Amino acid sequence: MSDLVEELLDGDHRALARVITTVENRSPGYREIVADLYQHTGHADVIGITGPPGAGKSTLVDKLTKAYRDRGETVGVIGIDPASPFTGGAVLGDRVRMTSTIGDMDVFVRSMSARGSLGGLSAATSDAVKALDAFGKDKVIIETVGAGQNEIDIVRTADTVAVLVPPGSGDAIQMLKAGILEIGDIFVVNKADMSGVDRLVRDLREMIELNGQRIGSVQASHEDPEDLHWTPQIIETVATEAQGIEELVEVIDEHSSFLDESGLRREKERTRMAEELRTLLREDVGQLLEAEIQSRGGIETVIEAVLDKETDPYTLADELIGPIRDCFEEAQGELSRPED
Amino acid sequence: MSADQHGAERTIRCLVAKVGLDGHDRGAHVISRAFRDAGFEVIYSGLHNTPDEVVRAVVQEDVDVLGISILSGAHGTLVPKIVEGLKEFGAFEDTLILVGGTIPEDDVTELKELGVAEVFGPGTPVSETIEFIRTNAPER
Repeated sequence: MSDLVEELLDGDHRALARVITTVENRSPGYREIVADLYQHTGHADVIGITGPPGAGKSTLVDKLTKAYRDRGETVGVIGIDPASPFTGGAVLGDRVRMTSTIGDMDVFVRSMSARGSLGGLSAATSDAVKALDAFGKDKVIIETVGAGQNEIDIVRTADTVAVLVPPGSGDAIQMLKAGILEIGDIFVVNKADMSGVDRLVRDLREMIELNGQRIGSVQASHEDPEDLHWTPQIIETVATEAQGIEELVEVIDEHSSFLDESGLRREKERTRMAEELRTLLREDVGQLLEAEIQSRGGIETVIEAVLDKETDPYTLADELIGPIRDCFEEAQGELSRPED
Repeated sequence: MSADQHGAERTIRCLVAKVGLDGHDRGAHVISRAFRDAGFEVIYSGLHNTPDEVVRAVVQEDVDVLGISILSGAHGTLVPKIVEGLKEFGAFEDTLILVGGTIPEDDVTELKELGVAEVFGPGTPVSETIEFIRTNAPER
């Protein structure tokens, strides 16, 4: 086991921070680190907070964190903000709102740039969650990039997803649409002191009723809806005043117990692992291909032939992946061939 | 991911912190934005941070650069506290500490002796600060 992981498991904050940096940068050795962490994970409740920019996500996370701290639980927070598509730079401002737990070292807040990912999280978010989990945090709260309609990666990373819907989010037609409103286990109507709240809550309730048995869980194809069904809850909050936070904490707890009792937690983990494995494999194969491209003088050189119409993208892709495919087929052949 | 693909240059992470009681954050905003445009990842922690809070943010965020903005004249009290805290967590050695704001000439030497790498006063072109960071960001 690497020293860094050992220090992390010993409760060293700086080691935890370094581990997250290492996995975030995909620096040499990061895979061994995540591998070492893996067996120490599985204890934390992972809560995802998503919603449009300015809906009050950071403020809500702050108050939620405070509520957990008051119960004596330790908290890790990951706040993700978008990166510039032009420079790769980012302003990560989620810390600004997180003032309720000033000076409390048992709250570990980490800001991450989405670094080009479009699903509301960054590629390394789930690994950062593992680090916080292994460190021993009771709760890990993930705040996504300000989400519109389609940033739904959080549903694959968090156990419980709370979607913030501020008043003024549109009429019942918006509620018919697919995407972010399908992934909420809890809908938080924040800024509930503004006008239009009653209407919004009514629209949300109607949406939930319409979706009936389908909404509320990633795996919705169960035969027995009575036992395995979670009806998304609507909570009204005014995060700046810490109103409604108690209710929210309660519902998150309820959902967490539901996941255990229904067996859905296990199922979610299975989906998550499958997804993670696929991602890893794609990354690996991508790297092999990157090496092949480099050996041919880099992507710029390779693409020149396409631009000159000497070849086309499909033929070129076939050529590039050829050596890998050959190796693979050869290996498979050896496996299936009976021993001589 | 896309940032990583732009060659071998690693992403520089900076914390821009306003400590003390002055509420003038226009400068910190301008700097944050300029750093973003330079391709840095900037964590902005808002107004009225205490030295403890800044230390905690540096440790948790594992930044390469700490930019402290002070316009209140309290740098003589606040900066030493931050430096001390960073040492406590073993984060002093590999954090490039910069101070921006209204710092009298005489105090600059003192801050530098304390471990501040550079002090940028009013009128400093942002490009100068960015260049300084690119050159001096600690190797990890």
